[in-house]
Amino acid sequence: MWFTVSLVVILFIICLGGAAYETWMERKVAALMQDRFGPSRAGKFGLLQPLCDGGKLFFKEDFVPRNAEKWLFIISPGILMLIALSTGAVIPWGKSLFIAGVSYPVQVASIDVGVLYIMGIVSIGVYGIMLGGWSSNNKYSLLGAIRASSQMISYELAMGLSLLSIIMMSGTLDLRVMVEEQATNLYGISFLNGMAWNVFYQPLAFILFVTCSFAELNRAPFDLAECESELVGGYHTEYSSMKFGTFLFAEYINMFINSALISTLFFGGYSFPYMNKLVENGLGENWIGIISILAFLLKIVFCVFCFMWVRWTLPRFRYDQLMRLGWRIMIPLAILNLLITATVVVFT
Amino acid sequence: MSLKEKAYLPAILGGMKITLKHFFKKPVTIAYPEKKREFSPVYRGQHVLKRDDQGRERCTACGLCAVACPAEAITMIAAERKRGEENLYREEKYAEKYEINMLRCIFCGLCEDACPKEAIFLTDRIVMPEPKRNNFVYGKDLLVETLENRIDVSQRQIKSYTVEK
Ligand code: SF4
Ligand code: SF4
Repeated sequence: MWFTVSLVVILFIICLGGAAYETWMERKVAALMQDRFGPSRAGKFGLLQPLCDGGKLFFKEDFVPRNAEKWLFIISPGILMLIALSTGAVIPWGKSLFIAGVSYPVQVASIDVGVLYIMGIVSIGVYGIMLGGWSSNNKYSLLGAIRASSQMISYELAMGLSLLSIIMMSGTLDLRVMVEEQATNLYGISFLNGMAWNVFYQPLAFILFVTCSFAELNRAPFDLAECESELVGGYHTEYSSMKFGTFLFAEYINMFINSALISTLFFGGYSFPYMNKLVENGLGENWIGIISILAFLLKIVFCVFCFMWVRWTLPRFRYDQLMRLGWRIMIPLAILNLLITATVVVFT
Repeated sequence: MSLKEKAYLPAILGGMKITLKHFFKKPVTIAYPEKKREFSPVYRGQHVLKRDDQGRERCTACGLCAVACPAEAITMIAAERKRGEENLYREEKYAEKYEINMLRCIFCGLCEDACPKEAIFLTDRIVMPEPKRNNFVYGKDLLVETLENRIDVSQRQIKSYTVEK
């Protein structure tokens, strides 16, 4: 029990800190890709920048439009934040730690329908955006919210379908089991121990899932939820101060969690090459546990970097292009992939 | 569109390759207060009123610069040199008050061209930002160079810059 509680607290801190430093990383990555320096004044390498940003947001005027649905207006950033944070519960963050004679898996809730839980929770995230946009009683916010939510809902379909093929292959909804399955030999070659990552077996599902993640996270090139030029700002036009900050923050936490999910589903989660070999050779359980956590974090950071990399490479899609891509390309491709996977699974 | 273009991905990966290349390039930014960009020798920044080699003010308050100035940024009041002030002013007439409104000035350099006494030059100094508009009216205190801190305008006196070809 105490392990779970402390894990929850640690996760909470990691998610918040991670999100804060993601903003720093985002600015740094953007700057370096554009041949600039990025934050460099606040502390060494601008490492204190997130603190300054946070402080600035807290001290800004907190404004609520007169005709807004006040209560909903105030809680909708919270909804988004809550949902963003609660997805982390089922993700296996590491193999296991051996403390005081008991072996604890590094996971808050090891439920056997982990994937289902995540898909369910993520789809609630739309509420935060929709309520936020609607309750501010502003046409542009509403348009932005509708845009964001229709985008999220359309892409969730393709996301779910691409996930189905993974589930079909591994025959489970439990994320931990999925990870353990990926820690075996790739194509049965013992040289590639612990590399049986789904990305090698299901490249199409991987591409589809990642693309949908971009859309789900409202990140460029699918950041249609916020367009300064068309919608003044998007669903958060009327938001200011830390309420706006919470929206932004939730987005970064989502990115963190989503990267964790991508790593878990496609890159072997906390497993690392030769993990099982090390276990057989009798390396201590705690060592394995710590290395696995670090490996997982490394994978997450890489995924986050890729998210940023794409963001600062591609321009924004047009709305009809986005919808066409979602409905007429992604979903048929996902179904095709599903059929192929089903055939392979049945006949082998 | 060919299939390759329709698939988006090759193009996207191509773009990502380009951005990644820039990721490892040296930033071109000049971190300003620590490092300063080198100006071209013909850069036209804040003016200076020169003194001659004996430290006397060269300006004789002839007003040619004010006439030449297209932005009407220069105003001056002339005064007569008194006995005993020969070490201060080179000619019998001098500018008691000489002001340039830096907000009006367009840094064209015509004042420099107009001056018969080689008294006014534009330099590589930057006009500093100010919160109040009035502070942009620079008087003699800011324009006339001090004896200890002479301002080098030799680059601007090279013929190729000053004479039209
Ligand atoms: S630089 Fe041009 S605008 Fe400025 S004071 Fe001289 S003549 Fe006038
Ligand atoms: S700066 Fe030159 S042009 Fe202007 S008043 Fe003085 S001497 Fe005449």
